[in-house]
Amino acid sequence: MKRFLYELSESWKIAVAQMRSNLTRSTLTALGVIIGIVAVTLMGTAISGIQVGFDKSMSIFGEDVLYVGQWPWRQVNDWWNYRDRKKIKTEYADALNRMIAQTPNSNLIIAIPTSSVSRSVKYEGSEVNNVFIRGTVSDYIITSTFDFKEGRFFNELESRGGSQVCVIGYDVADALFPSSSPIDKMVQMNGQPFKVIGVISRQGSFLGLFSLDSIVVMPLPAFQKYFTSKSEAEILVKVKDKTKLTEAKDELGGLMRRVRGLPPEKKDDFSINEQQALKSTLDPIKNSIAMAGLFITGLSLFVGAIGIMNITFVSVKERTKEIGTRKALGARRRTILLQFLIESTALCLLGGLIGLTVAFLMCLLIGVAFPSFPVHFSMGLVITSMIVSVLTGLVSGFAPAWSASRLDPVTALRYE
Amino acid sequence: MTTANVVRPVGPIVIDIENITKDYVMGEEIVRALRGVSLQIHTNEYIAVMGPSGSGKSTLMNMLGCLDTPTSGRYEFNGKNVAEMDDDELAAIRNREIGFVFQTFNLLPRSTSLRNVELPLIYAGMDAEAREERATQALVDVGLGDRIHHKPNELSGGQRQRVAIARALVNQPSILLADEPTGNLDSKTGEEIMALLEDLYHRGNTIILVTHERDIAAHARRTVHLRDGLIESDEVGFVPDVESMAVS
Repeated sequence: MKRFLYELSESWKIAVAQMRSNLTRSTLTALGVIIGIVAVTLMGTAISGIQVGFDKSMSIFGEDVLYVGQWPWRQVNDWWNYRDRKKIKTEYADALNRMIAQTPNSNLIIAIPTSSVSRSVKYEGSEVNNVFIRGTVSDYIITSTFDFKEGRFFNELESRGGSQVCVIGYDVADALFPSSSPIDKMVQMNGQPFKVIGVISRQGSFLGLFSLDSIVVMPLPAFQKYFTSKSEAEILVKVKDKTKLTEAKDELGGLMRRVRGLPPEKKDDFSINEQQALKSTLDPIKNSIAMAGLFITGLSLFVGAIGIMNITFVSVKERTKEIGTRKALGARRRTILLQFLIESTALCLLGGLIGLTVAFLMCLLIGVAFPSFPVHFSMGLVITSMIVSVLTGLVSGFAPAWSASRLDPVTALRYE
Repeated sequence: MTTANVVRPVGPIVIDIENITKDYVMGEEIVRALRGVSLQIHTNEYIAVMGPSGSGKSTLMNMLGCLDTPTSGRYEFNGKNVAEMDDDELAAIRNREIGFVFQTFNLLPRSTSLRNVELPLIYAGMDAEAREERATQALVDVGLGDRIHHKPNELSGGQRQRVAIARALVNQPSILLADEPTGNLDSKTGEEIMALLEDLYHRGNTIILVTHERDIAAHARRTVHLRDGLIESDEVGFVPDVESMAVS
């Protein structure tokens, strides 16, 4: 072991001296690895950025909330079976709450009615289209995980009284009020004025699929007064214990059947959704994006690795006589193998370090230039790319190093 | 200049080869480079191996230097059977027992004299401090105490060969194996190197000199002539005319 460490450190010194003396070649060769590592690392930051954004978007739905709606949150091939279902009504929430209160040891806490529609929001000359406008009650806040950038959510009084107040998402606020605070300003929706009382802090989005950054939330009575057409209701039900989600789901199913007055032989005419179901339909998409991205960028690292292998082969060829001399002086096969292996590894490690630095700087730049682009630089990524660099060096250096170690000393010494 | 008159008493046998052969396969043909050579070399000998090209001189040198193993025959180095050793065992023998001096010096071009001389010690696993001390001393011994941190391209040919000799001797080997050590030097520098070898001989080293030049071989105390893979003559002292010698 001590002997091995000794050889390792001596080989390292030889490798460093070799890289220094062939500075141009080392730099050019390392460049291939640098580019590869930059590409892979940036892809890695993008993927983990997407993951972070995805988790953040998901967290909005809450792990302990069930969603009762007309449609399930997955692709259906028999959409006609769902289209003709009876609409979900916001009044169901009251009925559900009464039943929950009557059930001892219920797994459910509270049902929140929501109703949503897509409309544009205006403020003075500015307008934002396709804003997700949602009417709900003040208790909505307990099923949601968002924070406020400024202001507050509407209270019970405003909720019941149907005050024309609203809470707006980050992007809506940013678009309508680029340089001032939206609090207490009046925005126009459907020609009606609503006073902004809160701004939700930035949530980020997953591939622009659903972003709560472009949402407006208002008291349900006010919503029902002006936005009834084409609106879609959904009941949010908070669960007591998220580890008992299945039981809670069953219980809610039973309650909903009672609300709908379904006879036992009929199938459910509503869907109970949850975050997990959504996750499991979106995970494959996210994963295949990640795999494709890593594969393509991995190719550039592969090209870099071939460069290292090539240069190590050249180096072995060029130094055949040196290898012969070293063998004549008593270098064993393992020593020669180690020397060339460490040379290629050192080259890759150097390339990896530079590549990582470049990637880090690029991430900072991207973060400054495009704040919405998801980049996420983590310690795990640093360690992974270092390991990848070392492995690249070992793999690409092995074949040439092996051939060097097997050289016949007589032939090698005679080589010109 | 030649001081090849003092013959030092020889010690025990260091190299003992008996009837060794070496065949090379060249395409379809088998080249018999050595056809049965027997030779005994004692410590403290100064022996020259001579012969025209194709005589098997280089092959014999490779055998003696443990760079290669014979096809058949017996080779004992200090009583150890070399003929059946594997690559790593041979490497260890070369490292500890044999000091090589090459015609083309074979120094690592980008390393200083010191680093070059340290190489065999590195392969012997010596720690850095002791190594530097030994290597420095070896360079001082060949008269290069002031060239320790010079790289080969900053040295003259003669100085390079001295570095190579220091490197060959640094591990205190049993034999010094010099292959045409003056082949790449002008005659004056060549004489200086030969004088150094003479000096080393007097300090108790065993020297095997492989050459095709008669006046270089003349420095040795014993001359072995090879022809067609066989020993043609084995004479103590300088052999003036090889051609007239009867095949032994």
